Amino acid sequence: MIEQDIPFWIAVPASVLLIMAGLLGLTGSVGLLRLNNFYRRIHAPTLGNTLGVACLLIASMLVNSYLASRPIVHEVLITLLLFTTSPVTAMLLMRAAVFRERTGKKS
Amino acid sequence: MTTLLIGSAYFAMLCCVAGMGLASVRLWRGPTAQDRVLALDAVYINGMMVVLIAGVLFGTILYFDIALLIALFGFVGSTALAKFLLRGEVIEP
Repeated sequence: MIEQDIPFWIAVPASVLLIMAGLLGLTGSVGLLRLNNFYRRIHAPTLGNTLGVACLLIASMLVNSYLASRPIVHEVLITLLLFTTSPVTAMLLMRAAVFRERTGKKS
Repeated sequence: MTTLLIGSAYFAMLCCVAGMGLASVRLWRGPTAQDRVLALDAVYINGMMVVLIAGVLFGTILYFDIALLIALFGFVGSTALAKFLLRGEVIEP
């Protein structure tokens, strides 16, 4: 657990961002479970992938920068990695789905 | 104010674990193979978020490296599986 006392102006934005990140990730997974077609389902988790992770990383940067009392921007690396790799995965999966549907593979 | 932060971190962690559970249901049920790959990717992202929230909760930056590795492995795994579904083999000569 965090030992130090976090001041008001760090704790409130970080809490709001954390709650938003959790709700966005949950929304993406609910959409993944509930939508009824692969082409609809592929849209849902991208919400959690981009906006949820971005909120979480900003919250993490705020709290860790206060605790270390110097700016910590390591988390930008994860943002860059996810923002460059997640479209690649989505595009490959989409092409695989179109190819498999066209050639009539059912499973 | 630390209590507020810890409480919201626990809430976010609970949400992400619930998201992992829902994505695992899709991974189990998924009618086609590409659904399963998509669900595996969602499980990886949610697991990475859980590790990052643990990093916020314990106030260290050690968890950041683990999260980066999980994101990297998730990308490599999903891309390899999608390439396999597309072409029938992963690395082509």
